[in-house]
Amino acid sequence: MSGEEAAARRSRPRAASASPTDRRPAAARNVFPDPRSAVAISIATTIALLLLWWAATEWRWIGPLFLPAPGVVFDRLVEGLARPIGDATLVGHAALSLFRVLSAFVLACLTAVPAGIAMGVSRVARGLLDPPIEFYRPLPPLAYLPLVVIWFGIDEAAKIVLIYLACFAPLALAARAGVRSVAPEQVNAALSLGATRAQLLRHVILPAALPEILTGMRIGLGFGWTTLVAAEMVAANVGLGQMVLNASNFLRTDLVVMGIVVIAAFAYAFDLLMRLAERRLVPWKGRM
Amino acid sequence: MGAVSIQGLSVSFPLPGGGWIDALSGIDLAIPEGGFCVALGASGCGKTTLLNCIAGFIAPSSGRILVAGREVSAPGADRGVVFQKHALLPWLSVWENVAFGPLLAGMKRAERRRLAEEKLALVGLAGFADRPVWTLSGGQQQRVGIARALAADPQVLLMDEPFAALDALTREAMQEHLLEVWAASGKTVFFITHGVEEALFLATEVVVMSPRPGRIVRRLPVSFGRRYLETRNARAVKSDPAFIALREEVLAEVRASARDGAGALA
Ligand SMILES: Nc1ncnc2c1ncn2[C@@H]1O[C@H](COP(=O)(O)OP(=O)(O)O)[C@@H](O)[C@H]1O
Ligand SMILES: [Mg+2]
Repeated sequence: MSGEEAAARRSRPRAASASPTDRRPAAARNVFPDPRSAVAISIATTIALLLLWWAATEWRWIGPLFLPAPGVVFDRLVEGLARPIGDATLVGHAALSLFRVLSAFVLACLTAVPAGIAMGVSRVARGLLDPPIEFYRPLPPLAYLPLVVIWFGIDEAAKIVLIYLACFAPLALAARAGVRSVAPEQVNAALSLGATRAQLLRHVILPAALPEILTGMRIGLGFGWTTLVAAEMVAANVGLGQMVLNASNFLRTDLVVMGIVVIAAFAYAFDLLMRLAERRLVPWKGRM
Repeated sequence: MGAVSIQGLSVSFPLPGGGWIDALSGIDLAIPEGGFCVALGASGCGKTTLLNCIAGFIAPSSGRILVAGREVSAPGADRGVVFQKHALLPWLSVWENVAFGPLLAGMKRAERRRLAEEKLALVGLAGFADRPVWTLSGGQQQRVGIARALAADPQVLLMDEPFAALDALTREAMQEHLLEVWAASGKTVFFITHGVEEALFLATEVVVMSPRPGRIVRRLPVSFGRRYLETRNARAVKSDPAFIALREEVLAEVRASARDGAGALA
């Protein structure tokens, strides 16, 4: 409690003062963006979609080959945890896919953020990096997959490189845009407090760019998961994407749907983690 | 040491649709070391532009500026700035904002904290050290900006309407604090305001500016601030008949020059 609050509480007449327990936090009554939580609506939507899925399969609106029942998919999930599907259990598939996506993502963060910041602050870096990034960015990963395989071989490296490339561009562009979101007055303030160029980067530009970098990380990680199946098309025996591809070759839609649900669940969990990080790291976002 | 000398300064901004705006035209101004120069004028007469040139944020179209005998070519820690809009860093707490200059200079944390609390007390924000800056009101944020500039201890203080967002009571208290800090430190101050009373009370010299093109139309040496420092009675100084007479005279002049500007626009 700050001194100000303490003083306010002391000076308030006893009878009128609300006890601290029934005090509700005040909040801006914003019309837009609506600050209220949408979690309840999201849960309701999820339940409705699950019910619709269940009804569609239960009453045979859609045949099991086209859409397996939720119960069947759940059974595959439980079985997969104990018994191998192809060359590994579900845990093995998931672990290897996680390793591929996360190592590519970490590499992308370590390289794309400095590259994007460099593009934001330096004319030379912008001139050097803009053409290659803008050249490959709109290409679908499947288009350059053969090249990546020829250059990096058929083992882990090629898969990680493909996912890395998918993560890199959105992250670099976000970091670059983040640099541009620095207020000129903040830069001027730091300079007239004696900041060197390095201090300006470390203490002003990097923190000011952080909200956009975190948004870029969310988008980049999302792209990483999107590219997983493409990456595991090449000579993989283990991995969630490979498991789905293999199942589709045998028209095992139950395994396909189970794989999709697992991939989506991982992607969603990581997105939630990123949002949590955002709330912890940039509580001031949009407030000043 | 901290004298400011401005010679033949002109600033013309190109307008997006073509043409130019002469924000400043042929400004000559000398502020002696330890002087308190107040630029007074209606909005749009080039006060902020002049301050930005001294701070080194704007490269002028022509003319030059010397601070302590050295030509200004970039911003530097010798010239501290209080911005018209506070320009605080929201990722730092109140005290970290105040102690940002000392941090850049390599001061130890405990010492920075002590210095920040001292400056916060000076601007009436004792007890706010650990608050996030975005939880402060506009006037409180402005005072954090003032404390930040003071904590960096520059030779020259450049202040752009620093008290405009404050309530009348706080403004008067801040004016008195500023005079005391100025007298104790011997800093050179360049201060912008559109308040005639504030200008006369603080300055050793008031320069009245007029818009389109931005120029100095009157220079007025005054010493009401010194009188305040002797008596510590601000109301007595501000209600002195000589003060009131000069205030009305300068107010008429500022009104007239603002009207000139509006006429030139029409
Ligand atoms: N970056 C800029 N580009 C174009 N015109 C500008 C720019 N900055 C200021 N001006 C113009 O210069 C004039 C003086 O502005 P300013 O110095 O901000 O005035 P003041 O601080 O006295 O209100 C105004 O007419 C303003 O529109
Ligand atoms: Mg201004």
